[in-house]
Amino acid sequence: MTRTAAAPGHAVTVRGLTIASRAGTLVHGIDLDVPAGAAVGLVGESGSGKSLTLRSVIGLLPRGVEITGGSVGVTGRLGMVFQDPSSALDPLVTVGSQVMEVCRHVRGMTKAAARRRAVELFEEVGIPDPERRLRSYPHELSGGQRQRVVLAVALAAEPDVLLCDEPTTALDVTVQAQVLALIERLRVDRGLTVVFVSHDLAVVSQVCSTVSVMQAGRVVESGTIDQVVGAPQHPYTRTLLDAVLEIPEAGAP
Amino acid sequence: MTRGSLRWLRRTVLTVVPVVIGVVLATFFLLRLVPGGPAAAILGDQATDQAVADLEAELGLDRPLLAQLWSFVVSVVVHGDSGTSLLYGVPTRELILDRVGVSLEIVALSVVFTVVLVVPLALLAALHKDRAIDHVIRVVPAVGLAMPTFWVGLLLILVFAVNLGWLPAGGGDQGIRSLVLPAAAVAVSLTPVLVRTLRAQLLEVLDADFVATLTAAGLPRRRVLVHVLRNAALPTVTLFGLNIAYMIGGTLVVERVFAINGLGALMFDSIGSRDFPVVQGVALFCAVLVVLVTVLTDLVVNRLDPRTRIAA
Amino acid sequence: MSADLVAAAAEPPADRPGRPEHPGALVDPAGTGETDPREGSERIARRADPTWRRALRTPAFVAGVVITASIVVAAVFAPLLATHDPAAQDLLNGLQGPSAAHWLGTDQLGRDLYSRLLYGARTDLRIAGLAVVVPFVTGVLLGTVAGYVGGRFDWVVARVVDTVVAFPFYVIVVAVVFAVGAGEKGIYVALALVGWVTYARVLRNTTAVYRASPWVVAARGGGLSHGRVVVRHILPNTLTQAVVLLMNDVVFVIVAVVTLSYLGLGVQPPTPDWGTMITDGKAFISTQWWLSVAPGALVVYTGIGLSLLGDGIADVWRAE
Repeated sequence: MTRTAAAPGHAVTVRGLTIASRAGTLVHGIDLDVPAGAAVGLVGESGSGKSLTLRSVIGLLPRGVEITGGSVGVTGRLGMVFQDPSSALDPLVTVGSQVMEVCRHVRGMTKAAARRRAVELFEEVGIPDPERRLRSYPHELSGGQRQRVVLAVALAAEPDVLLCDEPTTALDVTVQAQVLALIERLRVDRGLTVVFVSHDLAVVSQVCSTVSVMQAGRVVESGTIDQVVGAPQHPYTRTLLDAVLEIPEAGAP
Repeated sequence: MTRGSLRWLRRTVLTVVPVVIGVVLATFFLLRLVPGGPAAAILGDQATDQAVADLEAELGLDRPLLAQLWSFVVSVVVHGDSGTSLLYGVPTRELILDRVGVSLEIVALSVVFTVVLVVPLALLAALHKDRAIDHVIRVVPAVGLAMPTFWVGLLLILVFAVNLGWLPAGGGDQGIRSLVLPAAAVAVSLTPVLVRTLRAQLLEVLDADFVATLTAAGLPRRRVLVHVLRNAALPTVTLFGLNIAYMIGGTLVVERVFAINGLGALMFDSIGSRDFPVVQGVALFCAVLVVLVTVLTDLVVNRLDPRTRIAA
Repeated sequence: MSADLVAAAAEPPADRPGRPEHPGALVDPAGTGETDPREGSERIARRADPTWRRALRTPAFVAGVVITASIVVAAVFAPLLATHDPAAQDLLNGLQGPSAAHWLGTDQLGRDLYSRLLYGARTDLRIAGLAVVVPFVTGVLLGTVAGYVGGRFDWVVARVVDTVVAFPFYVIVVAVVFAVGAGEKGIYVALALVGWVTYARVLRNTTAVYRASPWVVAARGGGLSHGRVVVRHILPNTLTQAVVLLMNDVVFVIVAVVTLSYLGLGVQPPTPDWGTMITDGKAFISTQWWLSVAPGALVVYTGIGLSLLGDGIADVWRAE
C-alpha cells in the first residue's frame, strides 16, 4: 500500500483500495475522490466497509485488518471523530485537559496558551460556559456535549480534513441536527474537507454535496446528492432511500 | 459526605458485616469439627474419660454452645483475642502481634515484586498481541499455576542461596535480605495468572474508542499509553486486592520453607502442639485482614475513579 | 479454592473469539432462531460426530491429552512400570545417583526414586481426582440454583462464598485438616468445605446471564417448567465452562495435596507422595537436589497437561 499526496485540488484520493482480514476481503478495490473543501458522504449498512475505508485513510484499522492493495493519497492534516461519544473520551481525565493535551503535544503550545486555546475551541463547538466546562469529566456531560468535546479534540490538532465516522448515530434526533449543523459550520468557517460516513442517507444529505453508496465492500453508486437521491440508478440505493423516513430538500448545503 | 460516598458506605457495610460475622462463626465452629471434641484431641488416645471431662471443664467446653459462642465473640470483639494459648499461656493476641510484623513485610515485598513482574509482561504481551513474544508470555500462566509456591521457594534457595550464594537460605536473621527470596517465591506463584488477566484488561482498554480519538488527533504513542495504563490500573488494583488472600496464604506456607519466624511458623507449630486457640486466632486474623484490604482497595479505586467519586 | 485464582486461570482471554456470546449455540446450532425445547437433545447428539474430529485438530487439546495421558498411564500402571517396591529401604545404598539398578538413583533411605515418583503420581492423582468431585457437584448445584433463583438465596450464597474466600486458602484448609485430622480424610473434608466456592461463583454468574437470554425467556413463556429450562437450556452451556474450570481446578488441587503433604498434613508416610518426597529431599538440597526438584517438576508437567487440556476443550467447544 502506498501513501502519497492526493490528486491536485483534492484532499483525499483513494484508488483500488482493498482491505482484508483473516476472514476474507472486506473492501474490494474501491475508488474515492474528495475535493478539497468539499463534504463527501459514504453511505451503507453495517458491514459495507464504509468505516474501514475511513479508518484506512487515517491508518487506524482494527487489529487483524490490513490494507492489502491500492493506494490512499492524502493532502493535509487529518482529524477524526468517532461514533460513540460515551466512550470516545478518557473517562478518568477532565475534558479540558484532553483538549489541552492535544494542543500541547501536537501543536507544541505552552500550558497557558493551550488553556486559552481550549476555551476558544469549546466556544467554537458551542459548549456554553467553556471556562467552567474545562474542568468537567466526560460522564458529567450529555451525549451532545460530549460529541462537541470530541470535535474540539479533533480540531485542536488543526486538521485540514475531518473524517466523521457516524458521529451522530448515537445521539438523539434533535441533538443530531445540532451537531450536523455544527459540522457544516466548521467546514465553512475553517475551510475543512469533510468525509462523512453514515448508514443514514438522510443525515448524509444534510451535510454532504456528493455521496458514494457502498454495499458489501464495493461502491455501487456515486454522484451528487441530487443525482443519487433524485435519480438512484442502483437497486441497493433505492432500498436505502426507501428505508429513510424523511429526506430534507435536495440542495441543502 | 457526598451522596456517592454514602452509597458506597451502605453497600460496603451490607456486604462486609455479614462476612465478618460469618468469619467469626466459622472460626468458632472450626474447633467443633474435631471428632471427639478438642479436649480429647489435646490429651490424645490414652486419656481417660475423666481427664477429658476435667480438661473440658477447664477450657469451658462443657458449657452450653451459645454461652461458649458469646464468650468467643466478646473475646474477639473486645479484646481482639481468640483465647489463651494452651502452650504459652498468654493471650493469642500477643503471640500474633509478635509474629505478624515479618509476615506482613514479606507480603508487602511480594506485592512489589508482583507488580514489577506483572505490569511489564502484560504490557508487552498486549502491545504485541499475537506476535512471538505474546505467545511466549501466554505460556507462563499454564506453567505458573502448576508450580507449588513452596517448591518455587526451594528452587530459589537452590539457585540463589546454594549455588550463587547471593541470598540466605533462611532463618530471617539478615533483615530484608532474608525476605527477598520468600517474597519472590510468592510473587512468582501469583504472577502468571495476574499477567493473563491484566493482559486481557489492557487489550480491552486498547480497543476503547478514546484511544482512537487521541491517536487520531496525533498524540504520540507514548502519551496515549499513559491514558491506557491509567485506565487499566484501576481494575488491576482491584485485582490485587482480590488476590491478597492468596498472597497471605502463600506467605505463611513459604515461611516454613525459609524457616522464618512469622505467623506461618506460629500456625504450624501450634498445629503440632494442638494449640487450638492459636490456630483459631491466626485464621481469624488472616480473614479479617483480607476483608480489610478488600474494603480499602475498593475505597481507593472508588475515590480514584471520577465516575464513582462524585454524587449523582 | 482460591476462587479468583483458578477462575482467572480458566477464564478465556478477552481476545478469544466466540466466548459464550452465543449462549444458544448448543441449543440452536442452525441459527434458525428456533427454540423448540424438545429438539435440544437431538441437536446435541447430531453434533457429536464433527466435534471429535475438530478436537483432534486443535493443538492445545492434542498436546493436553498427550501430556495428561502420559502421566495418568504412568500412575495407573505404576505397579507394572516400577522397578522396585517404593517403600523398600536399602540403607546401605542411600543417596545414590542414577545407575543400572536404580534408574534415577535413590533417596536417603535407599528407596528407588523412579519407583517412588511413579507411585507418588498414583497417590496424588488418585486423591486429587477424588477430592474434586464433591466440590464440583456442590458448587455447580449451589451456583446454578443461586444464579437461577436469585433474590435472597443468591444473596446468602454470595455471603457464604465471601466468608470462605476471606480466609486464605491454605490457612483455612490447614485449619480444617488440623481439626479433622491429618491424612487423606482431612484432605477430602477440607476441600469439600472450601473448594466448591470456585464453581459456585462462576456457575452463578453464567446461569444468571443465560437465564436472562431471549430463548430462555421464550421457553419459560412457552410453559416449560423451571427444571426443564435449567436442564435443557442452561446447563448444557454452563457445564462447558464448568468443565474447563474443573481442568484448572484439578491442577490446583494437585498442588494443594502436594503442599499439604509437604507440610506433614496430607498424605502420611510411608505412602509415597510427591509432597513428602520434597520434604524428605529438602535436607539434601545442596547435594542431591533432584530429590526435591523432580517431584515438583512432575507436578508442573501434570499441571501443564491439564491446563492445555482445559484450554483445548474450551477451544473446541467455543468453535461451535
